[in-house]
This record gives sequence, structure tokens and C-alpha cells, in this order.
Amino acid sequence: MQRAAALLRRGCGPRTPGPWGRNQSSAAAEASAVLNVRPERSRRERILTLESMNPQVKAVEYAVRGPIVLKAGEIELELQRGIKKPFTEVIRANIGDAQAMGQQPITFLRQVMALCTYPNLLDSPSFPEDAKKRARRILQACGGNSLGSYSASQGVNCIREDVAAYITRRDGGVPADPDNIYLTTGASDGISTILKILVSGGGKSRTGVLIPIPQYPLYSAVISELDAIQVNYYLDEENCWALNVNELRRAVKEAKDHCDPKVLCIINPGNPTVSQSTFRFANLKPQNLPQATSTGQVQSRKCIEDVIHFAWEEKLFLLADEVYQDNVYSPDCRFHSFKKVLYEMGPEYSSNVELASFHSTSKGYMGECGYRGGYMEVINLHPEIKGQLVKLLSVRLCPPVSGQAAMDIVVNPPVPGEESFEQFSREKESVLGNLAKKAKLTEDLFNQVPGIHCNPLQGAMYAFPRIFLPAKAVEAAQAHQMAPDMFYCMKLLEETGICVVPGSGFGQREGTYHFRMTILPPVEKLKTVLQKVKDFHINFLEKYA
Amino acid sequence: MASSTVDQSQVARNGLREKVLTLNSMNPRVRRVEYAVRGPIVQRALELEQELRQGVKKPFTEVIRANIGDAQAMGQRPITFLRQVLALCVNPDLLNSPNFPDDAKKRAERILQACGGHSLGAYSISSGIQLIREDVAQYIERRDGGIPADPNNVFLSTGASDAIVTVLKLLVAGEGHTRTGVLIPIPQYPLYSATLAELGAVQVDYYLEEERAWALDVAELHRALCQARDHCCPRALCVINPGNPTGQVQTRECIEDVIRFAFQERLFLLADEVYQDNVYSAGSQFHSFKKVLMEMGPPYAVQQELASFHSTSKGYMGECGFRGGYVEVVNMDPAVQQQMLKLMSVRLCPPVPGQALLDLVVSPPAPTDPSFMQFQAERQAVLAELAAKARLTEQVFSEAPGISCNPVQGAMYSFPRIQLPPRAVQLAQELGLAPDMFFCLCLLEETGICVVPGSGFGQREGTYHFRMTILPPLEKLRLLLEKLTRFHAKFTLEYS
Repeated sequence: MQRAAALLRRGCGPRTPGPWGRNQSSAAAEASAVLNVRPERSRRERILTLESMNPQVKAVEYAVRGPIVLKAGEIELELQRGIKKPFTEVIRANIGDAQAMGQQPITFLRQVMALCTYPNLLDSPSFPEDAKKRARRILQACGGNSLGSYSASQGVNCIREDVAAYITRRDGGVPADPDNIYLTTGASDGISTILKILVSGGGKSRTGVLIPIPQYPLYSAVISELDAIQVNYYLDEENCWALNVNELRRAVKEAKDHCDPKVLCIINPGNPTVSQSTFRFANLKPQNLPQATSTGQVQSRKCIEDVIHFAWEEKLFLLADEVYQDNVYSPDCRFHSFKKVLYEMGPEYSSNVELASFHSTSKGYMGECGYRGGYMEVINLHPEIKGQLVKLLSVRLCPPVSGQAAMDIVVNPPVPGEESFEQFSREKESVLGNLAKKAKLTEDLFNQVPGIHCNPLQGAMYAFPRIFLPAKAVEAAQAHQMAPDMFYCMKLLEETGICVVPGSGFGQREGTYHFRMTILPPVEKLKTVLQKVKDFHINFLEKYA
Repeated sequence: MASSTVDQSQVARNGLREKVLTLNSMNPRVRRVEYAVRGPIVQRALELEQELRQGVKKPFTEVIRANIGDAQAMGQRPITFLRQVLALCVNPDLLNSPNFPDDAKKRAERILQACGGHSLGAYSISSGIQLIREDVAQYIERRDGGIPADPNNVFLSTGASDAIVTVLKLLVAGEGHTRTGVLIPIPQYPLYSATLAELGAVQVDYYLEEERAWALDVAELHRALCQARDHCCPRALCVINPGNPTGQVQTRECIEDVIRFAFQERLFLLADEVYQDNVYSAGSQFHSFKKVLMEMGPPYAVQQELASFHSTSKGYMGECGFRGGYVEVVNMDPAVQQQMLKLMSVRLCPPVPGQALLDLVVSPPAPTDPSFMQFQAERQAVLAELAAKARLTEQVFSEAPGISCNPVQGAMYSFPRIQLPPRAVQLAQELGLAPDMFFCLCLLEETGICVVPGSGFGQREGTYHFRMTILPPLEKLRLLLEKLTRFHAKFTLEYS
């Protein structure tokens, strides 16, 4: 009971006036109104309060940085102050932040960035020529030859050209037009901008947006903020989180009763499921490869075709979140971009279906999250809408130019014959190889634990295991007014210092429980983490048996 | 819509289906957004540059973009110390290089220590790196003569724009008569009108007094507020000081009046103070709203809600591309502060290089540091040149017949008023253009000078202005001003 009260104080319970809960009860509203006047008797009520603030913002939830992460921050502070805990450090496995977990930046990328930042270094003999060449090229395209100038709102021209060339290479020659490329502040910015333009109508004609469940909570958060209608379609966990078009059909049909479904969001490779695609790793021997089933495991070419056909049929605008496109390694299990498949399906589709595809510097092998680099490519966007898009982007002036430069290096890496090629390739392979190892390790260890089931699919950055919670634990959670997996994750954090995100933050079928954990900690640490989760889980099962 | 009709017939001809996303089906609020600083005139400037590159003959050889406060694009050199530290942060191998001063290395190590994995490539917490928030708080304390600032009230942002949008977003609620109204100065920086349009809030204009060097008059605030209460619920008051585009620097008395007014009328104050380092006139001094508020004592100091914004883009550093900035909130409801943090967390974090840069801006080298002399010399050179350019601009414009220009006390812009002959006004109206837009387009076509018409910032009916940055190098600026005044004279003659 004491613990429950403590949790409530920290804003974890659904009835507290904390920022992360969706629906404020009126009791909570009253309570906080009372709190506002209590501390100083003379204080007037504030202008901006929970009651008077933007209700759409209040409705926003964002689990990846939600109450569990706030709690982790508190615990870290307590550790710093010398408060004794059953662990010595908090391990933040809640977010795909590779470098925070010790991954080293790619040398070439940082060399070019340093040269762009401080061009005096262009005279230094300690930088390779190919890095200097790229830095000069980027600087020449910047106003006043400086990263410190605003760029065009759509992004630096030559970087957009490089992105288009990258896409053309990636898609086996399907042309990409630099005019269709918009550089962004991370992929999140692009996604929310496009959604913002798409939302309109009132009542039954309000825009509905189809998102996968489980999803990456950026989508639900932005949809809340824009007051659009979230339309869920469930990925099939029994079928390795495959996307099933019949489920899309069901979701659209039901949604049409109360909104106007206009947008379909796809995350491929998936987050948090990572398992819409099969991840196989070149450095593993064939017998160690995860078993690929004939359906589902891969968001196969066929599946993408079905989705595109469905979008065409239902007149849906497609958003393809493809930020993990570099995190697929096996030669026989390729990433298929929506753009490429769309073009190869012929003119009826390729000249009609509207598509926006997103990429970022934050994931892949580079993991440059802090730079907030990203781009989107739009296909078949109405020319007038392109004008509207540029106008909207221009209000924020431009994406960070250093992030644009980082994006350039990602899409235009050293090529064979260039001085830096060998080192670059070695570093890249090492990161990807390590991720592969960790993915396999995670899957294997989780599946040894009774009451945990992890799909036999390996993703680059996350595991989304299902946990089977005993009825008593579910009851206890309910008594604490928490989602059962939130209760589980809080306990895990308090007892082991491991910070993971409950499945309820991403969405899941009713009555199932999951958590999302990154596989980013270094191998040895990851082993410890997994062992600790295992011990905790077994203990937890015993305690609530 | 004429354009949609054309569009539909094209659709029929080509066998294309109607698009899901069209002008008619899109978010109507986004459609209403206008942003003059990068509007049609800038689009045209881009086209002209392209034409020049293709060898098309023009009466000028280059386009001069005096439309935006982008110092480095106009040739201002970055401050060496800032870029040294940043390069060290980006590529820590350089920490072993003998070519960087020790204080720069120390600073870089300190910043990296505060980053996840000691790297700029890790996400920071959504409110920004704690150490940098602490440095910002100390900067504010120093700036405000010791008035305390709490790092927990400082939120780092992606340029000041991002923070302004976030705070406005929190404030917007209600429907119909209860919809949030936001008072903004006219002329304003169009970020405000654009954001209010996007959020569906009600824009409430208060006019600055051109005759008194664009001073803010509380009687005018009263008028605007009373009229607005008929149709919306005014809940916030935006102040830009030093002014953009007006260049006006507010007096301490004026700020006190504004605070008293906001308190009486229950308005949340937004103080856009990104030009706080850009004050040139001898008699002018920057007073922060926070400081004045605190010095006014209770009830103001303990109750008036305030958000104050700053940025790395202006000042002496002009590091626009890094998108660094912060907001300090004062007397904000802690629960709302949590909501703000939540909202920011959806976008993960502001760009970390921008955060690092902001850290250097708020804690520059101390007099005993090896880099101090050079830093100070570079800083002074930039500010002195800006002051000279402000004087020059004012002087040239005030001598030109048909142009009147208030003193540029601060910021980076001149916002002169121009007389336009009736025939030009008439012709503009026939073309469906605002008269000053017509003037600016003609100016661009004939001289390559790109300035923004006053109509994009707002102005009293029947008056015409343009905004021009004072950022081009001194000699270039002189030439530009001469060309511009000559063009105005010719334009006046032509349409008289």
C-alpha cells in the first residue's frame, strides 16, 4: 500500500494528474485545482493550468520517455546521492540510442563533420583527402560556406541530390527526384509534418490514421496532438508480427462508421516488433539462422504489394517509416522499399498512390541520434501540396544544418578506391555484426525463461517479448491502478535498475503483455542484463503464483 | 478554387485519379499559414539566382538576400572559440591535437562528459543536457544581476522558434468565444501569426507606435484586449524585445507597464528576447522581462507567468544553422511544466550540437582563459560593425525623400516606411498584390535586392514598409542602400 502511494505520488497511476495519463478524471482535476491554491493562500489561480491547457496536448502519451523513464532518472539521482539500491547503475534499455550504450561513432562521419564545423582543419594533414573532399562539397553548398547559416527550408540542395542518388542506387535504378526530398529534424519531424497536413474534417469526416499495433508511440502521440482519429490494425504475433491485409480491411471498415480513414502508416522494418522482417545476419552460419516461415516473418515483397494495392483501392495516403532500412543484413532477405515496389507495380499504382517514406541518421550502423538528421521522400504529392509543405517547413526556418551534413555522409559514404573506404567498411560491419550477435543472444536467452516468449526473429535494435503474467500479478497491478506490464516494468526497474518500456505504451492485443528492450548494450553487459531479467522474472512468477 | 478545376480536368485527361491530399482536402489551418520571410519574394529570388547561373542577362550580377537575419550567409565569420570547441566535441580525437587551446579542450571534455556515451551522437534528455541547463541558468543570473534562475525552469529547444511554438501550443484551448486569443505586436515576426493560424488560435493585433520609434503603448494594448474579448478569450501576450522587425528597444518603464497590464488582465507573457545581445543605440539598454518582473516584487514576481526565449542564431555569434535555443519559464504551474516536458519528449531532443553551441554562448571564455583575448576581439568586432551598419542604414534612409526610418536601436533589421505613388498602389491592386509586395518584387527584378514587404509583418492600413537586414558587409551595405534609395526615387517618378 505504501508503495502504491509512492507510485501514485510519482504520477504513475492513471488517476494522478500526471502528464502521461490519457484521461484525467474530474476528481484529479479538482484535486490539482485545490493544490494550486493551497501552497500560498494569496495566490490566484494560474492562467495556464491542467484544466485550461490545450486538451489535445494533455491527451498525448509517449511511453518511450514516459513515467518509467522519469522514474529511472529519479533512481539515477538517488544513486548519485549514495542511496543504497540492489544495483549500482540504471541501464537504459528503453530507447534506441546506440552511442549512449557505448557504440563508437563511425570515424569517417565524424571526420567530415569536424572539418565542416571548423574548416581550418582542412589544412590539417591528419584528415584523409576523401573526408576533406566531402566537407568542401557540403560547405560550398552552405550559405557563406558555413554550417552556421540557415539552409533552404527543404534542406541543402546538394544534400537532397545526394539523397536522391542514394535512393536510386538503393532501389536498383528507380529514379528519385531531389525535388521530392525534404530534409528534416530526425524522421519524427517529417512524420508529424506530413500528418499535420493530412488532418482535416470534423465529426464523422475527421481524418482517420491507420497505425499498426504494436506501434512506435510517436504515431499515437502526434495523432492525439492533431486531434485525428487513431485507427488500430493489429500485427499478428502468432505469425511473427506479420501484417495481414484482411486485418487492414477490418480496421478500415469499422473506422468508416466514425471517421474518414485517409492515411495508412507502415513501419518496416518494424518498431517495436522488428519482426515484420526477418533479420538474418551475414556473419552467422546458415544452420544458426532464424527459421524463416513462408508467410509473415518478412514484410515480404508480396506483403508490400498487397498493402499498396489496398491503399490504392481504399484511397489511402501511405506513410512508410523505413528508418531501420540499414538494419537488414542477409543477402537473401532484403529490405524492400515501398517506393521501389510501388514503381515496379506499374503505372496505375506508380502514378496514383501517394506515398511519403522516411529515413533518419539515428539508426542503422551510425546511430547518430543527437544530430537529428533525417529526410522524407514524397511520391505523387499534388504540386500545390508541395507548395504548402515548403511553406509549413519554412516557418521553422530549416532543419539543423549539422544534421543535414550527417545525413549527407550516410547517403554518400566512402566508395571502393577511396582512402577511407576500408576503415569505414570495417567499422560498419563491426557494428552490424555485433548487433546481429546481440539479437541472437537476446532471443535465445528470453526463450529459455518460462513465461517469456520472444518471437524467433531478430531485429536490429529491439526485442518485444511477450510475458505471461500470473493472475495475482494482474490483480496487484490493478490494485495499483497500473497496466499489468507497467507494474512489471516498474518492479524490474526498482529491483534491477533495468529500464524497459511496457508493451501497453506501444499497444498490444487485450490480455497480452509485453515489454520493449533495446539490444544495444555491449555484449557482456547485455548478457548480465538478460540474466538479471531472467532472475527477476522467475522471482516475480513465484511471488505472484 | 480555379486551380482545382484545372486540376480536375487534367486528372480526367491523363487518366489519373484525384489525389487523397489536395488543397481542398488538406488541413485548413495549415493552408491559412503565411510566412513572409520565406514567402513568394524569396521563391522569386531563388529563381533569379538560378537564371543568373544559367547565364540569363539581368540588370545585376548577384541576388542580395537582405530578407533574413542570417549573418554567416552574409559573410560574418563564425567565432573561432565556438567552432573549436564544437569540432573537438564532434571529433574527440582532436583532443590530442596541439592546435587547439587548452580551454577549448577543457570545455569540450566537460560537454562530452555530460552526453550519453560521451558523444554528441546520443539523444539527450528531452529538456536538454542537465549541465547545459545549469550553465544557462547561471548565465541568466549573471545577466540579471544576481536574480536566481532555476535550471529546472530552463528547457533547451531547436532554435527559439521551436520553444515559442511549444508554449503557444500549450496555451491554445476552447472553442468559439472561449477560443484562446494571443496578443501580438504589429508589425510582428511572422512566426507568431503562422503558429497561431496553424493552432487555430485567435490572433489579436496591437499596433506599435511608429511615430514614437515603434514604442509599445499600454493604452493600445487595452484597446486591442477590449475589442478581442467580444469574440475570443485573450490569454497570452507576446512581446518582442529588441523588436523584430522594428529594431526598437523597450525601456524599463515600458516593461513594467506591460507586466502590470498582463497581471491585471490575466495574460500569460511570452518575451521573445533573442536579440538581447544586439543593442546599438547609446541611450538604449536591454532589460530582461524576468529581471524587471522579479524586481517589481510581489504579487507580480511570484504570480505573473512568463516564458522568455533566447537563441544561438542572433547576437554576435549568428549560428543559425545549429538551431540552438532555450526557454526559461517563470511561475509556470508545475503540472503544466510536466506537460511541456512530455510534449517535448515526443520529438526526443533538440539537436545536441546546437545544445553544445548554446552552452558556449552562455558561458564564454573567462578573462583568465587563453582564448579570452581572441574571443573578445572577435565578439567586439562583430557588434561594433553591426552598430556602424545600423547607423549607416538609418542615415541613408532618413536622407532619402519618400522614405522614413526610425533609429535601429537593436536587433538586425531596418523597417523603413515608404511612400508609394497612388498609381503604383492602383496597379498593385489590379495585379492582386499588396502595394509594398509590388514594390519589393520590382526592386528584386531590377536590382537583385531581396527584402520583405511590410505586409508580411503587418502594418497600419494605408502605410507601406519593408524589412531589410543590416547584415551585409559595410561596403556592400552602402552600395545596397544607395541602389535601393535610387530605385525608390525612380519608382516614385515612374508611377507619379
